Amino acid sequence: MSVINPRRPAVAASLMGSQRKKALLLCSMAAPGALWLLLLRYLPMFGIVLAFKDYRAYKPNTFWNNILQSEWVGFKNFAFLFKSPDTGVMIRNTLLYNLTFIILGLVIAVAFAIMLSELTRRFAAKTYQTLMFFPYFLSWVVASYFLLAFLDQTSGMIPNLQRLSGQTAIDWYQSPEYWPGILIGANLWKNLGYSTVLYLAAITGIDRTQYEAAAVDGATKWQQIRHVTLPNLRTMIIILFILNVGKIFNADFGLFYNVPLNSGSLYSTTQVIDTYVYRAYMNSGSVGMSSAAGLLQNAVGFVCILATNTIVRRVDPESSLF
Amino acid sequence: MLLHQQPTKRRNLRLNTISLPTETLFHAILMLFSLFCIVPFLFVVIISFTSEDSIRQIGYAFVPQSWSVQAYQYVFKLGDVLWRSYFNSFYITIIGTALSVLMTLLYAYPLFRKDFRQRHFFNFLSFFTMIFGGGLVPTYIICKNVLGLSENYAALIVPMLFSPFNVIIMRTFLQTSVPTELIEAATIDGSGEYNTLLKVVLPIVKPGVATIALLNALAYWNEWFLALLYIRQNTEVIPLQYLLMKMQRNADFIAKNSHLLGADAANVAVNLPSQSLKMALVVLIVVPIACAYPFFQRFVVAGLTIGSVKG
Repeated sequence: MSVINPRRPAVAASLMGSQRKKALLLCSMAAPGALWLLLLRYLPMFGIVLAFKDYRAYKPNTFWNNILQSEWVGFKNFAFLFKSPDTGVMIRNTLLYNLTFIILGLVIAVAFAIMLSELTRRFAAKTYQTLMFFPYFLSWVVASYFLLAFLDQTSGMIPNLQRLSGQTAIDWYQSPEYWPGILIGANLWKNLGYSTVLYLAAITGIDRTQYEAAAVDGATKWQQIRHVTLPNLRTMIIILFILNVGKIFNADFGLFYNVPLNSGSLYSTTQVIDTYVYRAYMNSGSVGMSSAAGLLQNAVGFVCILATNTIVRRVDPESSLF
Repeated sequence: MLLHQQPTKRRNLRLNTISLPTETLFHAILMLFSLFCIVPFLFVVIISFTSEDSIRQIGYAFVPQSWSVQAYQYVFKLGDVLWRSYFNSFYITIIGTALSVLMTLLYAYPLFRKDFRQRHFFNFLSFFTMIFGGGLVPTYIICKNVLGLSENYAALIVPMLFSPFNVIIMRTFLQTSVPTELIEAATIDGSGEYNTLLKVVLPIVKPGVATIALLNALAYWNEWFLALLYIRQNTEVIPLQYLLMKMQRNADFIAKNSHLLGADAANVAVNLPSQSLKMALVVLIVVPIACAYPFFQRFVVAGLTIGSVKG
């Protein structure tokens, strides 16, 4: 405002007019996205009250009317949720799987990235990278067929080989004890290539003169990895680790739903919060319990992200989310 | 002296590299994992070309007793339901990608403009949904009952039109490639806001747009969750991914849903090479991804590198 010369009101007015027009035009650009956010993200947030209500159908049977008419039950839905023996299992599964994915994903990906960067044959490195990255682009539905080709009870390769060698074939889709291993393997299969490529990009960005200087000083290749490569990756490793820990309550629905073919006998090792919420609502129609579980997940996740972000901001302010 | 020089020279070639045995070990480990990643796909390709007899005899095998292209012939014979869902996958991917790229660019551009005062509001509006949400059940009920996203194409497109994550990627692309002076210059030259975005900014951020387009196309092509949620009866609109999912649980799904009549239908149902047919469909769904893979590698890595740390 101070820039505008008060003695020339006409110019000032036209400038302000054009300012307003510009703001209006820019707002109009953001409008479709904003509308989408309001309808598909903010409107459902009001649905959080479902977790505290005994949701039933009333007349007229519209969503808003049902919400208004339904009785408040306080924390009853949460009480039910925690009485159920499934709850402990699904929380344990979610946390343990995610923790394993984070740690293995990090350690192996960094190791692979270092190995790829040290190969002298660039063509070989490029080929490995291309092959490893491929599963990342496939869906869990496709992946579940890949697994089925090996494990299917009647035609699968492994049960058939077992029968051929005179053993009894394992019924994989009925035996929960094997699934922690299978799911961890499947997750690594799909996502390891991606994290490897990510770390490799960071390693490629390291100034080569650092290695040359280390070599001149007599550092062996292993010492260079220890004292040049790893310190350069440090910030990225910490940030990705912390960000992933912030999402530790959110499971990959497709992995836990499709890969075990939604098999009920496997729930003890395949049920996670996300699949529980889906099944509780779609199969048993319990709006209250599933909303309560969903809200719990979102609330705890929210706190986790706030906490981890605070830590990230201390490590490296540039990388913090907010 | 001559005898000595040979090894020194060879060592010079490998100056400041890992030793040969170590490199061999690295090759072995990386090759093993690369095979682990790609062999399942090759196995499914082999099964899709395996005759149904061979599958009945020895199951799925890397070396089948006899080969056959029957599965692919049936894909053509059972035209209606299969091609319909294949078409649906393409349709959803193309429309969804076009619209979502447009929305992402239009939303990210004002956020990047430092002279746009309301940008903080819009930034927060988008960002907050990344860390908190209503959850699956309320979102589902609202989409289905209030917004009418049920049993139609819109249900498979609209819920994925916009992603705050992509907005961040796009905004970062804008920040790193479009100088503020350029926009100021265009404004002084009398260019309108939309004109500036279209004629000045868009040509510069083409790589960013390509990244977002590929990420969205991939997400739409691989989408099955929305169909699982919102499509109960209307098989006319389901994408191939969801068809595959249904076939896993319901072997006759195709025979039941194909519009063949009378004796022909019974005939097809009996002779259906259902096992290899499923795998042939898996191959058909992976082929477009494999074709686009070189582009994915080029653009997606750039986008994800930005997004992974800032998302």
